[in-house]
Amino acid sequence: MKATAPTLGFHNLTLGYGRHPAVHHITGEVARGELLAIVGPNGAGKSTLLKGIVGELKPLSGRLDLDGLTKRDIAYLPQVIEIDRSFPISVFDCVAMGLWRQIGALRGLDARGRDHVIGALGTVGLIELADRPVGTLSGGQFQRVLFARLLLQDAKLILLDEPFRAVDTKTVADLIRLIERWHREGRTVLAALHDMEQVRTHFPRTLLLAREVVAWGETRAVLTPANLAKSREITEAFDAHAPVCEREETRWSA
Amino acid sequence: MRTRPCASGKRRAGPHDRQSRPALHRIRLHAPGAGGSLAISLTAPPIGVFLVLRRMSLMGDAMGHAILPGAAIGYLLAGLSLFAMSLGGFAAGLAVALAAGLVARSTVIREDASLAGFYLLSLALGVMLVSVRGSSVDLLHVLFGTVLALDDGALLLIASIATVSMMTLAVIYRPLVMECFDPQFLRSVSPLSSPTHLIFLVLVVLNLVAGFQALGTLMAVGIMLLPAVAARFWAEDVGGMIGVAIASAFASSVVGLLVSYYVNVPTGPAVILACGAFYLLSMLVGVRGGVLWGLMPRRHLEA
Repeated sequence: MKATAPTLGFHNLTLGYGRHPAVHHITGEVARGELLAIVGPNGAGKSTLLKGIVGELKPLSGRLDLDGLTKRDIAYLPQVIEIDRSFPISVFDCVAMGLWRQIGALRGLDARGRDHVIGALGTVGLIELADRPVGTLSGGQFQRVLFARLLLQDAKLILLDEPFRAVDTKTVADLIRLIERWHREGRTVLAALHDMEQVRTHFPRTLLLAREVVAWGETRAVLTPANLAKSREITEAFDAHAPVCEREETRWSA
Repeated sequence: MRTRPCASGKRRAGPHDRQSRPALHRIRLHAPGAGGSLAISLTAPPIGVFLVLRRMSLMGDAMGHAILPGAAIGYLLAGLSLFAMSLGGFAAGLAVALAAGLVARSTVIREDASLAGFYLLSLALGVMLVSVRGSSVDLLHVLFGTVLALDDGALLLIASIATVSMMTLAVIYRPLVMECFDPQFLRSVSPLSSPTHLIFLVLVVLNLVAGFQALGTLMAVGIMLLPAVAARFWAEDVGGMIGVAIASAFASSVVGLLVSYYVNVPTGPAVILACGAFYLLSMLVGVRGGVLWGLMPRRHLEA
């Protein structure tokens, strides 16, 4: 794994809101094709880190290397989705948005594009619901729709922020199979997760966060009781009168 | 002076119409006026559909007020010149819409709040301008716009706005749908999110300015939104909603024009009341969530 080129490089990266860091001094690399789980208690900075990678947040300090990846190469499933579920749009059209890279604003959806959409719907098991308005779907079905859209985006780097919220075990199993398929196809996948068993079973590598890096490496070595206890201890407090951070960077090699 | 109704449509708005100020109810049907309302019925309802879908229905109303100072400045500088008032109205509306949009995107304030801030400022400025330089009668004229008999030049302007607006909407249709449905996704795949939003705001202002000539500032908002709100009771996708909205706006315009001609009432309110009647009807019998369907005792289906 050391041999593969990094696709993501963090160089003493600090991300946050205003001058308050949500997660600071991250240094390390994610290799191309890696399947990495990001874990940590609430407020650890998992979402913040993903937002930083996708470009929604500018670094407060430090640097982020994307190794030439552009917006088009990154697919991102946010934790808090701003989707208007009452919007009158069919499941098919919603999934077809994933083809933006191919069809953009103006080109029509040809037969091949249509096949791709149907294929993606088939992968997530929603073919029968293609013509239904998205407002009529259950939470789990809608999550499958979002995964089908991710599938069509055909991205090199896929970022999933707690993708299994409010989803039943059958759906989780199906979606994990999809993530493993992405992994086999050589895509880099980062997923913020809470279920440690899930991480141990399916994710070879893990980054444990608690507003800074607690541990980063092979999942087995990272998810030790000592590390988890340490991550819980680090305060979640947002101190309005925090002093200026003078910390030196610590390096975590991936 | 009392203008006579003219069914043949040959009558032109002459210099008399501009100098005299007939009471509101004396404005009658004539060809450019009818053409203007029909052109507006084609272009404003699709804009209204997107406003409704973005939960910005009340923005139309706010923008209707926001164009006041511009129209007032045009009126004070050039008298009852449609062109000057439209240009002023467009400039003011655009300034408010863009300022509100940019502030919402770069600060903690949400779009509705920032729009409220700017349009109230604009409205106050307009009222101030008119009362310092004109009379309250002038203010009414600017607000209701009904003293302005449309001439061929105004009709041409409205038709041009309608054409540009529909073509632009066709071009930005897909990103606009995505911007309404899932703005975060559009932002993540494309840099078109903000431009799409700003172009849409320009279209809103353009259509209000066009409507303000044909129907009056306040009535212009009606033809934009009432058909769009009614369409939600009939269609299940954006294209269908736009189709229903345009058809009902067009029919309402025809009905409103005929009623105003035969019953001798002002055209603008007649058209909007026709739109409103269709809205109430849709609310009752619309196939997607009409009230009466819910009252009917029907047994539920197998699946």
